[in-house]
Amino acid sequence: MPKHEGLMSWKELLPGMYIDEPGNSKKFKTGDWRAYKPVLDKEKCIKCAMCYILCPDLCYTKDEEGFFQVDLYYCKGCGICAANCPKGAITMVLEEA
Amino acid sequence: MGKRIAKEVSIAIADAVAQCKVDVISAYPITPQTHIVEHLAELVNNGELDAEYIPVESEHAAMSACIGASAAGARTFTSTAAQGLLLMYENLYIASALRLPIVMVIANRAVSAPISIWNDHSDVMSMRDAGWIHTFAENGQEAVDLIYHAYRVAEKTLLPVAVNIDGFTLSHVVEPVELLDQELVDKFVPPLRMKYKLDPRKPISIGAIGLPEIYTEAKKAQDEALKASYKVILRCWREYEKMTGRAYNPVETYQMEDAEVALLIMGSLAETAMNAVNRLRKKGKKVGLLRFRLWRPFPQREFIKAIGKVKALAVVDRAVSHCSTGGPVGIEVRSALYQSNKRPKVVNFIAGLSGRDVTVDDFEEMFERTFEAVSKRPKEAYEIYGVKE
Amino acid sequence: MREELKRFKGFTLKNLPEYEGFAPGHRACQGCGTVLPLRLALKALGPNTIAVSATGCMEIISSPFPYTSWNVPWIHVAFENAASVASGIEAAIKALKRKGKLRCKKKINIVVFAGDGATFDIGLQFLSGALERGHDFIYICLDNEAYMNTGVQRSAATPYGAHTTTSPAGKKIKGQVTWKKNLMGIVTAHNIPYAATANPAFPTDLMNKVKKAGLVNGPAFIHVYSPCPTGWGCKPEDSIKVAKLAVETRVFPLYEVIDGKYIINRKVTKPKPVEEYLKLQRRFRHLTPEQIEYIQNRVNEEYEKLLRLAECFEEK
Repeated sequence: MPKHEGLMSWKELLPGMYIDEPGNSKKFKTGDWRAYKPVLDKEKCIKCAMCYILCPDLCYTKDEEGFFQVDLYYCKGCGICAANCPKGAITMVLEEA
Repeated sequence: MGKRIAKEVSIAIADAVAQCKVDVISAYPITPQTHIVEHLAELVNNGELDAEYIPVESEHAAMSACIGASAAGARTFTSTAAQGLLLMYENLYIASALRLPIVMVIANRAVSAPISIWNDHSDVMSMRDAGWIHTFAENGQEAVDLIYHAYRVAEKTLLPVAVNIDGFTLSHVVEPVELLDQELVDKFVPPLRMKYKLDPRKPISIGAIGLPEIYTEAKKAQDEALKASYKVILRCWREYEKMTGRAYNPVETYQMEDAEVALLIMGSLAETAMNAVNRLRKKGKKVGLLRFRLWRPFPQREFIKAIGKVKALAVVDRAVSHCSTGGPVGIEVRSALYQSNKRPKVVNFIAGLSGRDVTVDDFEEMFERTFEAVSKRPKEAYEIYGVKE
Repeated sequence: MREELKRFKGFTLKNLPEYEGFAPGHRACQGCGTVLPLRLALKALGPNTIAVSATGCMEIISSPFPYTSWNVPWIHVAFENAASVASGIEAAIKALKRKGKLRCKKKINIVVFAGDGATFDIGLQFLSGALERGHDFIYICLDNEAYMNTGVQRSAATPYGAHTTTSPAGKKIKGQVTWKKNLMGIVTAHNIPYAATANPAFPTDLMNKVKKAGLVNGPAFIHVYSPCPTGWGCKPEDSIKVAKLAVETRVFPLYEVIDGKYIINRKVTKPKPVEEYLKLQRRFRHLTPEQIEYIQNRVNEEYEKLLRLAECFEEK
């Protein structure tokens, strides 16, 4: 889209430019920011939830077995999960192009 | 029908605000608005008004709290003047852009420096571009009527409204005022219902970033909203007239039907100017008076109609716009005329700064000078009237 | 102990609430240690919450129109006035509930998220006013020790010696020349029911403090140490490590002040030397040995003061 064009018609805006779709940033992909991605070794994981609680980007969800899986759609590859895993179960791996 | 009682106008205004069942009052004292906020505090503390009274620590905080309260769905009120208005400046733009129906009474006062507590319009003129609806009262009854009108208009248009009263010369005078019966107020100003507000049951985000690709559209939407409010303002005055018999128009005219020369002024000084019109009419001069009751949105159509066939128009400003093409009202009047086909000569006086008295004789002299202007355009774009050389 | 906190049950890693008040897809930097406590605070408070942001990193990264990361109702007005906006919201909710115009039996938490610039500097008056008036709200200062959003300029929260763009480590003057403003001291002087310091390296402690702040009737204040890898010059993955060291070196002690009584949550009896904390951050790399010694002494002094305060005003 050319830079000098508006995003949407002024008539489509809510009064005051309010946003009435809470949490819709979840549609926005931040996963393409990263260079490294976290990889979990389930053998070492003790399901302590540290990765889940410390992720600034809310990437972790618990699966049926109780392991925490990362959502690569949002993961920015910061490495906090890997650096703080008490068992070193997460390693940051360079992502293929 | 209510009873006409002699009341100090500030007290009457506070009583009208209380009748509108305001929910949150956010108040910081500044001369000459103090009596309004003091009386409201009395009403709240005596249990006569069920509202939250926030004694904020600055005017900036006052408008900030109003913004928060209004966004949460409450009917709000604040009042200020001069320095206080300037201190809350960034919030004025925010309140209108965020479409919040806040009502504020400005007790017009001169702006520092030099520091002054007396009346002129320099404070309100500084916020012309802020996107608020503005009305100007001439007398106590009008001030009260404009309060009821302000809440109705604000809540129908979702735009903030400022009711302007001259500090001291209107705020502190005792006038016969009739408040509406409470049932009529309840009908004219029904409970506030906002579709979008801060409510955990329906979360919204207010105040997102206006990136280059959306800011223009947001301002256009705001501009259109203020434009659309014009009809609502007039319709609410029609409704008020049906209810009370008191008719209000955007532009007040006096003896304009056959006027050759007219004078335009805002606020309570218009009453003094009326006396000058009466005097000159007795001498056979065809003069008339105009007053903007509605300032924003600018009453373009009514103004052009009201000036009729005058050959010269004196605009009497109550504020200076240093080294511009006139006083604030003069600039806008000339611009409005340029958009039309009418070309009366315009003489722009700046008078009554910081409460300096403008007498009937002064207005007579201004009229004489305007008659001279019919044949000879004044050299200066504006003149600060009555300066001691 | 206050009535509201008598039966307080805290969160642990085993019983974390599932609720998220903040959504992914926000634009914070990799490893942002400021958005993490924000996320945890909203998690602790639950959906009956209205959030107010001051202008700053957290507001910018969470609201690029048309996207918003806020799952709770949220408002941003200006830079300095978040506390006043929250005061207005609190008064409105109070009035509307009392007048029967808002039918909601549960408590609605009103929480402010403001940075150190917005709190220590430009917003100090507004914070003081709101605390003095006793509004029932929570003020969370996310302190990343500079005006990060505008490019790392110094604030009153910038620690002594730190390099920022307006207190640069130059040839003549090396970094910030004043000690960090004692904001907790200023806040506790208002005699509010609850004030605390918190740190994202201790996530359950942080969440519990936010929950307590929400339960308390009256103003609550939480000073959150918030690492900023971008502005401090540390690696993104070290955010939490640096935050932990801040506590372990006594630079940022963890304590609560409940009705004027001091409770030190984590007594650091064998502190690590401050140098361990400083060397991880490029904003301190220019420090001379004299400056480091000054910092070490001053940190010890401040910690001693805290211990004395805790002794004088102990929860018995």
